[in-house]
Amino acid sequence: MIDLLPLVIVFPLVGVVILHFLGRRMGDPWAGWFAALMIASSATTAGLVAVPFFTGEAQEVEAVPLWDWIPGVATNFVLRWDALAALMVLLVTGMGTLVHLFAIRFMRGDDRFGRFFVYMNLFAFSMILLVLAGDFLMLFLGWELTGVSSYLLISFWQERPSATAAAKKAVVTTRLSDLGLLVALMLMFSRFGTFSFDSVLTRAGEVLDGPTATVLSLLLLLGAVGKPAQIPLHVWLSDAMEGPTPASAFLHGTTMVTAGVYLVVRAGAIFDLTPVVGTTMAAVGAVTALIAATISVAQTDIKRLLAYSTVSQVGLMFLALGFGGYAAGLFHLVTHGCFMSLLFLGAGSVILGMGGERDMKKMGGLRQKMPVTSVTMGVGALAIVGFPVFGGFWSENRILAVAFERGGIGYVFFGVAVLTAVITALAMARQWAMVFLGDPRWRKNLEPRESPGTMLVPLVILAIVSTVIGLVNTPWRLGLESFLSPVLQGTGLSLPQDDFGLFFVLAGVAVVASLIGGFLGFWVYRKPRPAWRAFERPLGRLWTFWEAEYRVDSLYGRTLTKPARRLSEFVASRLDHTVIDRGVEGVAGLASRAGVSARKLQTGNLRDYAAVFGVGLILVLAWVLGSVV
Amino acid sequence: MTVGPSWYMTLAAVLFVVGLLGMMVRKNFLVQLMCLQLMLNAVGLTFVAAGRARGYANGEIAALFLVVTAAAEATVGLAIAVSVFRKRNGASPDELSGLKG
Repeated sequence: MIDLLPLVIVFPLVGVVILHFLGRRMGDPWAGWFAALMIASSATTAGLVAVPFFTGEAQEVEAVPLWDWIPGVATNFVLRWDALAALMVLLVTGMGTLVHLFAIRFMRGDDRFGRFFVYMNLFAFSMILLVLAGDFLMLFLGWELTGVSSYLLISFWQERPSATAAAKKAVVTTRLSDLGLLVALMLMFSRFGTFSFDSVLTRAGEVLDGPTATVLSLLLLLGAVGKPAQIPLHVWLSDAMEGPTPASAFLHGTTMVTAGVYLVVRAGAIFDLTPVVGTTMAAVGAVTALIAATISVAQTDIKRLLAYSTVSQVGLMFLALGFGGYAAGLFHLVTHGCFMSLLFLGAGSVILGMGGERDMKKMGGLRQKMPVTSVTMGVGALAIVGFPVFGGFWSENRILAVAFERGGIGYVFFGVAVLTAVITALAMARQWAMVFLGDPRWRKNLEPRESPGTMLVPLVILAIVSTVIGLVNTPWRLGLESFLSPVLQGTGLSLPQDDFGLFFVLAGVAVVASLIGGFLGFWVYRKPRPAWRAFERPLGRLWTFWEAEYRVDSLYGRTLTKPARRLSEFVASRLDHTVIDRGVEGVAGLASRAGVSARKLQTGNLRDYAAVFGVGLILVLAWVLGSVV
Repeated sequence: MTVGPSWYMTLAAVLFVVGLLGMMVRKNFLVQLMCLQLMLNAVGLTFVAAGRARGYANGEIAALFLVVTAAAEATVGLAIAVSVFRKRNGASPDELSGLKG
């Protein structure tokens, strides 16, 4: 079975190549179906290869060497297959299949229909490469490729200036964090002499001394927070919503943004050496979770709201990871993948039904018009707020338990997480009420319609999965944790299985708190607009501050972008024009003037040439005779 | 008084200088071509004389090549002369300064 593993990565690559050349000829919708087929084949293969993990007869780690890549640094192209890789690949390909299916109808009529699926398959390929990588260098390759495909997808509607600007912003911001990862890799190589997971992670404790371990994990942390858009690098994700909604659902809602979580878990052996960095990570996660939640609650753009909820949820994952709760973080990654895909695709369905409208102030009353979308998005909202039995309930409360078990500063973060849950519930209830309840506020002569079947099928599947996914890891049956235990052995803490009394006490607190937030949002935003004002006004400035995303963009603009732009302008206008251009032009002018003087020697008169020849002859003779005598 | 190599060399030098001066002072293209031939043959004479004096065959071989070269040069030069005369109705070389920089 393991021999089939390379196919998992080959299918999307084949999709990229074939669609690149034949996508236009296949056209709409066949290019989309082909792309979906490739991802589905990849998912099926991954499922087959992963069977031994479920039957319990798998080896801990299997390596599939493909070829020598860079022998100079002892790096080979090796696929690594363990429970963690299996989990991530199944998530990526599973979500990918549903999102591709959804996108076929969503992208109908687009001029560059085939091109979109090239990029989507390229992203799937990069992400699978990232999670199947057998060493840090391959991981970095996949990491950068996801960045490329993310750029291509954000700027897919390149005729919009806002889309290209958002894509550039995404690249520049994540590049900053990729730099951290790159330096971490250099440091790693200088200490270990290899990039291989096996040798680096098993020898981490003996090779790294205290300060080096701290620096290395801080650099890795810097690398890990860029893609998940954690504070202070969170500014790009909401702008990335300029991309087509299926791309937002796949990359910016669920998979690429969790690559950072994967990286931290993968490099867990290094992070375990320095609890200080762990606490830092938890703090980053907690602060991000709270701030992003407050931003999301005040947004009126249906996708921006979801983008900030994503940031907030990934913040919770980092909170768990920081305290060593790798299993809890990964569990939330999985449930989040399901309900966030659901919410994003639901938003896509609403946007398509509303003829491209994204402003929730211009929606309302869509429940009768779009019954399936409204129900499935409602399920997604219940899952994200952690309503009992739904997916988020089990994973979010697991994270709360990790923070609470930690004690000390963990209590503070526990409080932050509960507060986040309240605000998230408010935001989600508000969104659902604004979109589906109340009076219609949409444009005249707009007739919202329910999306067609190929879009609803993924929604329904995701709704069902989001409802039951949490049951894989309930406190009395830690299925996911035992699945992952071979990978996570010896790292972090794990909640004792018999302690589910604590779990339910904490969960009770969180659920009651979320219910208050949820009912508040629901109750206010199903009413007409004056009621919203009455609710938002007491918060006044704070609300507008949240709505303006804490004005971080203008802060960065003033403190970072503007000086950098000034410097570039100085270099371009002063340094380039005065020093470099003048230097180059001076040399060219010198040659030109020398030519003008030298051409006078050419008289064009045969007799003059003969005379010059004679003079030359005399000189040569004089020289020869002089040297002889 | 024997005729040694220096006699040939002197004759060749005289011939060469005559040719060179002719090139410089005459304004008739055909005469200039003849002067050119004179210079070439002067050089040929030095080759043969030097080869003879040293007992090498190289001098004669070089002279043979030189004759061929001179013949080719004369052909090309005359062809140019004919076409120039046709186009310009007997212009003197001094008027042909199209290569002036």
